[in-house]
Amino acid sequence: MFSKRPVLVELITAAVLIAVPFVLPYLDAAPNTVNRILVWGLFGIGFDILFGYTGLLSFGQSAFYGTGGFIAAYLLTRAGFPHVVTALFIGMIAAAIVGYLIGLLALRRTGIYFAMITVAIAEIFFFVEFNPLSEFTGGENGLPGVPTPSFDLGFMKLSFTSGWSLYPFLAFCYFVGIVIALRIVRSPVGAILTAIRENPLRAAAVGHNVQAYKLTAFVIAAAYAGFAGGLLGVLQGFMPPDAFMFDTSGQLIMQTAIGGRGTLFGPLVGAGVWLFLQDFLQATLGLGAAWKLVLGLVFVLLVFFLRQGIIGGINDLIAVLSGKAKAAAEPAQESTPMSAAAPVAPMAARHAAPSDFKGPLLQATGLTKRYGGVVANEGIDFTVNQGELRGIIGPNGAGKTTFFKMLTCEVPPTSGTIVFEGRDITGMSISDVCQLGLTKSYQVNQLFNKLTVRQNLTIAALAELRGKFKLDMFGSLDKIAGLREQVRHTLQLVNLTGRTDTPVSQLAYGEKRRLEIGLALASSPSLLLLDEPLAGMSPRERVETVRLLKSIAQGRTMIVIDHDMDALFELAERITVLQEGKVLVEGTPDEIKSNELVQEAYLGGVNDEQELAA
Amino acid sequence: MITWSNFLSQLFNGLAQGALLALISSGLTIIYGTLGVLNLAHGAMFMIGGYAGYVAFQYTGSFVLAVLAGTLFMLVVGVVMERVIIRHFYSRPGEDQLLVTFGLSIVFVEIVRFFFSSQSKTVAAPAALSGITNLGVMFYPTYRLAVVGIVAVALLALFIVLYRTRLGMIVRAGIEDSVMVDSLGIDVYRVFMVVFGIGAMAAGFAGIVNAPVVSLSPDMGEAILVQTFVVVVIGGVGSFPGAVVGGLIAGEIISLTSMVNPGYAYVMLFAAMVLVLLVRPRGLFGAKGRE
Repeated sequence: MFSKRPVLVELITAAVLIAVPFVLPYLDAAPNTVNRILVWGLFGIGFDILFGYTGLLSFGQSAFYGTGGFIAAYLLTRAGFPHVVTALFIGMIAAAIVGYLIGLLALRRTGIYFAMITVAIAEIFFFVEFNPLSEFTGGENGLPGVPTPSFDLGFMKLSFTSGWSLYPFLAFCYFVGIVIALRIVRSPVGAILTAIRENPLRAAAVGHNVQAYKLTAFVIAAAYAGFAGGLLGVLQGFMPPDAFMFDTSGQLIMQTAIGGRGTLFGPLVGAGVWLFLQDFLQATLGLGAAWKLVLGLVFVLLVFFLRQGIIGGINDLIAVLSGKAKAAAEPAQESTPMSAAAPVAPMAARHAAPSDFKGPLLQATGLTKRYGGVVANEGIDFTVNQGELRGIIGPNGAGKTTFFKMLTCEVPPTSGTIVFEGRDITGMSISDVCQLGLTKSYQVNQLFNKLTVRQNLTIAALAELRGKFKLDMFGSLDKIAGLREQVRHTLQLVNLTGRTDTPVSQLAYGEKRRLEIGLALASSPSLLLLDEPLAGMSPRERVETVRLLKSIAQGRTMIVIDHDMDALFELAERITVLQEGKVLVEGTPDEIKSNELVQEAYLGGVNDEQELAA
Repeated sequence: MITWSNFLSQLFNGLAQGALLALISSGLTIIYGTLGVLNLAHGAMFMIGGYAGYVAFQYTGSFVLAVLAGTLFMLVVGVVMERVIIRHFYSRPGEDQLLVTFGLSIVFVEIVRFFFSSQSKTVAAPAALSGITNLGVMFYPTYRLAVVGIVAVALLALFIVLYRTRLGMIVRAGIEDSVMVDSLGIDVYRVFMVVFGIGAMAAGFAGIVNAPVVSLSPDMGEAILVQTFVVVVIGGVGSFPGAVVGGLIAGEIISLTSMVNPGYAYVMLFAAMVLVLLVRPRGLFGAKGRE
C-alpha cells in the first residue's frame, strides 16, 4: 500500500515529527506523554509487522520489551557502561536472539495455540525477572538511574535530558524505525509475509519456506520491542518491572487494533489516542481509575464496528468519497473473452530437468494412503513421461485429489515412493517439491484473497526467482530480474491483463479459477498438476479454459483431473482411470471410451440393481 | 524444611487448587471446542462470579445463597454475552475473537473496580466448614478439604451433562464437527449459547467457591486465565478429561514447587507446558490434527 509514492510517506513522517515540538506545546500537550507515545509507537512497528502483516497475534511481546529494556538498563546502571545508544543496541540484539529461540518453540503451532504459548512464555519471563534474576533486575523495585544520551561532538556537547529536550532523540529513533519498517514491508520479504497472513497453505505450496519467514517476522518484532524497551528506561530514568507484565502486551495489542493493524503507523495513532485519552479522562474529567473502563469500551466497539482501526476507517472513508466517481467511470468489466485476445507465446518451463536425465519425469510406485481405517489410495503405480499431457478421471470418491496431494507432497503417503526427475521426493516438504518444479492448482480456490491479481502472481513468481528463503528485507521488488516479465506473461496467459490491480475478492468466479491456474503457472513448473480446472465453469468458459490449457501444455508436462470427459478426451494423450483408490485402467482416449470396465465404473451398479429387481 | 506433614498438606493444597483449575479450564475448553472461540474473558468471569457471590453474601449472610447467586449470575452473563457479542464473531477471523474477548475482559475488570474499588474483599466460609480438621498425621483447614469435595461434585455434574444427556451428546458432537451437527437439523447456535452459558457458569461457580480461600480482587482473573491456558495446552484443547487431568497436574506442580521455592512455582508450571508442547504438541488428551 505504500509502494506508489515511495519517498512521500517518509517525508511526511519526518515533517510531522519535526513540527510536533513547535505545535503541540500550544495545545497543552505534556512532552512526557508525547515521548511515551513515540516509544509505544516504535514498539508497535515491529508488532504490526508480526500481527498486521504476517497475521500472527502474539500476546507475549512484553517478554522482549522487558528483555531489551533490562539488559540496556543493567549495562547503563550496574555495569557502568557509558554509551547509551550502544547499550540500546545490545538490548535490541539480545531481545532478537531471545525472540529467535522463543519463535522456534511458539511457531510450532498456529492460531489460538500460538496466542496461548506466547502468553505463557511471557509469564515465565515475568516470574524469572521477579525471582531468580531479581539481583540483576532489582525485582519489584526495577533499575533506577538510567542515564539519558549525550554525544560529544568535539566542538559542542549534545545532551538529551527529559521532556522536549529528549524528544528529538526519540523522534529520530522512531523515524529510523519507520524507515526500516517501510523498506521491509515493500521488500519481497514483506510481500511474502502478507501472503502468509492471507493463505499460509498456498504460500508454502508456491514454494516459500513459510516457517522461516514467520520466524523472521517474529525476530523483527522482538528486535523492535527490545529497542523500545531500552528507550522506556531512558525516558523514565528508571527501568520499571511492569515492562514485563501481561498488561504491557495487552496494551500494545489494543493500541495497534485501535490505530489500525497492517498500517505500521497504527500503533503510533493508537498510542496517541490511548495516552491522550487517559490524560484527558483522568485529569480533565476527573474520572480517576475509570479511564481504563472507558478505553476498554472504546476498544470493544472498535473491534466490533471498525475492524481496521482508525487508519483503516479513514482509508475507507477516503475510498468512499473518492471511489464513487471512480466506480461509476469504470464499470465492473468482465475480462475480454479469450478468442478476442491476441495469441500469447507459450511460457517455457524454466525448471529444465538435468540434461543427462532420461526416463519418466514422474514415477510413483505402490502409493498408498490410509486415514485410519479408510483407504483413500492403494498400491497406485503411475508413470508420466516428459512432455506428456495426462488426464485422470474417476467417479467421486475415487481418491483423485488425495493422489494429487501425495504427488505434490502436501500429505505424506502411508507407503510407496514418488520419484520426480530421477530424484526420490517422498517425504519432502510441499515447498521443496515446488522449488524442484512440481506444483498444482487446487480444486477449491486457494488464493491470497485481499491482494490484487498482480500481487498474487508476484508472490508465486518470487518463489521461483528467489528460492525458498532469502532475507532480502531491504531489497526492492522492482530490482528482481525477470519478475515483472514473468508476472506480465502469466497475466496474458491466463487472460487477466485487464484485471491486474483488482483485488481477488472482486473477481468473477471464472476469473478466480484462471488465477488459480496462474498461481501454479507463475512458478514455471516443469510438471503441472491441475485439480479440476474446469469445475463450476460455464460452457463458454470451458471452451476458453481448454484452449488455455492447450497453450500452457506446450513445453511442459501436465496432469489434469476433471469430470468433463469430453474436454479431457480432447486434451490428453493418455488417460488414467481411478476407482476406489486404485488404478482401474490406463490408455488412449479411444481405448478408455470403449473400455467395458470404465463404463461399468461410471454406470456402476445399474446391472446389479436390475438383477435385484428381477 | 520439608517435613512429611508439610509435604502432605502441600499435596492437599495442590489438589484443591488443581480441582479449581480443572473446573475453570473445562469451561474454557468446552467453549473453545464447541464454538471455536478462545474466551480471553474467562478469567474475568471467574472473578465476577466471586464478586456476585460476595454481594449476595453481604445481603443474606448465607454462603449457599452466595454460591447460587454467583453461579446463576454468571450463567446469565454468559448467555447475554454470547447473544449480544460473541455470536457476531463466529464467522470472523480468529484474531478478532481474541481481540473482542480480551477487550471484554478489561471492561469486566474495570466495571468491578469501579463499583468495588481495588481493595480486596473477603467472603467467610460457612460456619460448618470453618476451622481445621485433624487428618491423623496433620491438621488441615476444613474448608479447603470441602473445596475438593464441592468441586469434585461440580465436575461430576459437568461430566453427567456432557456424557449422559442428549444435550451433552450434541455438544460433544459439535466439538468434533459443528457443521455436521448443524446440517443434521440441530440448531447449532442455540447449542453454542447453552455451552457458553455452562462454561461461564462453571467459571462463576469456581470463583465463589474459591472466595473464602483467597480474597477477591478485580485483577485475580488474569493469573487464573494464564494458568488455565497451561492446563488446556497440557490436557489438549477441547478435551474435558484433558482439562481435569491437566488441572490436577498444574495444581500439584504449583503447590509442590512452592514447598521447595515459591519463586519457581510458575516457572515450573510453564516449563511443564513447554515440555508437553515439545513431546506431545496436541496435549495429553488432544485429538490428532486438531489445531
